[in-house]
Amino acid sequence: MTSPLMQHHVLEYPGGYTRSVGPAVGRYLSGLRDGHIVGVRGSDGRVLVPPTGYDPVTAATLEEYVPVGPAGTVVAFTWVNHPRAGKHHLTHPFAFALVRPDGSDTAMLHVVDAGSPDAMSIGMRVAPRWASSRRGYVTDLEAWVPLAAGETPEPAPPNTNEEASTEPVTGIVTPISLEYDINAGVAASKYLRALSEKRIVGQRAKGSDDVYVPPRGTDPTTGAPTEIEVEVGQVGTVTTYCVVNIPGLSENSPEIPYVCAQILLDGAHTAWFGLVQGLPADEVRMGVRVRAVWADHPGPDARSIKWFEPTGEPDAPYDDYKAYA
Amino acid sequence: MGNGMREVAVIGFAQLTALEDREHNEVELIIPVVQGALADAGMDRHEIDFTISGSCDYLSGGPFTFVSGLDAAGAWPPVKESHVEMDAAWALYEAWVAIQTGDVDSALIYGFGKSSLGDLHEIMGLQADPYVVAPLWPSMVDMAALQASAFLAATDYTESDLCAIAARSRRAAVDNPYAVRSEDATAQELLARPVTHTPLRDSDIAPITDGSAAIIIATREIADARCERPAYIRGIDHRVDAQGLGLRDLATSASTKLAAQGAGVSKGPVDVAEIHAQFSHEELILREALGLEDTTVVNPSGGPLGANPVMTTGLIRIGEVAARIRSGSANRGVAHASQGPCLQQNLVCVLEGDQ
Repeated sequence: MTSPLMQHHVLEYPGGYTRSVGPAVGRYLSGLRDGHIVGVRGSDGRVLVPPTGYDPVTAATLEEYVPVGPAGTVVAFTWVNHPRAGKHHLTHPFAFALVRPDGSDTAMLHVVDAGSPDAMSIGMRVAPRWASSRRGYVTDLEAWVPLAAGETPEPAPPNTNEEASTEPVTGIVTPISLEYDINAGVAASKYLRALSEKRIVGQRAKGSDDVYVPPRGTDPTTGAPTEIEVEVGQVGTVTTYCVVNIPGLSENSPEIPYVCAQILLDGAHTAWFGLVQGLPADEVRMGVRVRAVWADHPGPDARSIKWFEPTGEPDAPYDDYKAYA
Repeated sequence: MGNGMREVAVIGFAQLTALEDREHNEVELIIPVVQGALADAGMDRHEIDFTISGSCDYLSGGPFTFVSGLDAAGAWPPVKESHVEMDAAWALYEAWVAIQTGDVDSALIYGFGKSSLGDLHEIMGLQADPYVVAPLWPSMVDMAALQASAFLAATDYTESDLCAIAARSRRAAVDNPYAVRSEDATAQELLARPVTHTPLRDSDIAPITDGSAAIIIATREIADARCERPAYIRGIDHRVDAQGLGLRDLATSASTKLAAQGAGVSKGPVDVAEIHAQFSHEELILREALGLEDTTVVNPSGGPLGANPVMTTGLIRIGEVAARIRSGSANRGVAHASQGPCLQQNLVCVLEGDQ
């Protein structure tokens, strides 16, 4: 067996997601920025931290915000030996913990910076360690730290973030990035490998003449496996097209205007997406016959076919491709 | 099940698992189980009235993977179709409701997921509150470990009880060809191994698994004609707990308890239970919430600690219980499915054979 085709893939939105936080979370984050912890009183009198805008039992709107802490008690913890770079805000081992701030009836999930798992225990007393530069984000409370008997928590130092607003926090930006090693699968790998040999290969299922290209491994009408490989032509017919007048964001985007088309390759039963060049955009039309133009160094990559160009043949009659238009 | 409800049974089941499948993509994982479940039910694809899947796009980092997944089920002429971004056990619930409406008489349900492509534990952590919890990046295992910590603190159970669950599950998995991790080790041997996520050991944590599963359900009329001993769904219910971990009593599962009442677990003896416990301590919490007696055989397949193809692990629990009823080795069983951090959402399904 040849090695599987794999591709590293990063899923992220540049700059992070901008989220509106609403009144309750906004109040909480404003509190963290200003160096104190805020909860809310629920319908049954319980104090909930972080505050919710509604009661978790009765769904009533909650608006009675109450200060809690600053000290708290660990009610559950787990030790993190290997912080993940770019994700965890502490770069050395720490604990995730559920901490119940004094005056609160619920616990909040946060981190405890205790140095060693041996320093952690359920019931231990902790105090907040505030970031010196705060912006209305959950890590403004940098970490909970052990609080020895008889000690009182230090108040938050003045905020050194000169850009911080004093208005209530209404939104945050949360960066999220996930990394993958995705694999193409059997059918797509065969297709991609054939591209590096300047061949276009589709598949069909037993008992069906329908050739799917690119193949996904099944006949999507029946779900039957497409085990039969079929090489299709490199010449085809434009079944429909679109003239693009908006520049693409990628540096590889063609100059505008350019033409995207659905191309029915000879021998295939699904139209195939490609660019059409070598013909002024306003002369591209349904039925025009085109051929694949290969990259100089094709590989197992969809970009191995740069675009399609006219063959100069007469246009295909509409009846030949109307089922695909 | 009386009350004018239509009787619905599981009549086909197939599953597929792998520790790390680098060869097939999602569509190619689904093909064999759809074909397998149809063959098991003795039904043709075109006899199925309703098709529904459960999956999570974040597993592979691609948008709308469930749309291409449908290629494996066949969708022409256009079929009645739906999808849930939940474990496919919830897809089965929707299919069961669709049959209750009288609109359809049979359904194909499938779930799939390739957990090995990304960092599953990190991805699942993003189900937490996006404002004040997810930005701290607790993983799914970190949050489960917090629940284990809270559970052990609130009860008399100890880490050796967790190891006993893990040892029993790993031993049961030896006989399950679909298990990706199995071992004949004693609880004492597991206890001697290092704690990886206080208070959990590697053996307490479900393995990363790629896989898929499909189930066919149908009305009694179809079931009795196609299947020698259908596994009838006698009750099914699902409930959700609050998202905030601090808002819940993590030592119990209120949503499972309510779902178990709704599904009627206590209306008869439970021969077998397949529980969607991805961590050892979850089984102890869930046993209690489901109200199981000590005589009930729990996770004879090895459960999620043997194989955990995320987004279909819960559906497989239903398939495993149904298979035991259909084979006659059990008469009445309970399948449980869970989703979300620390057992946030829970589904309970009671299955039974005809007497």
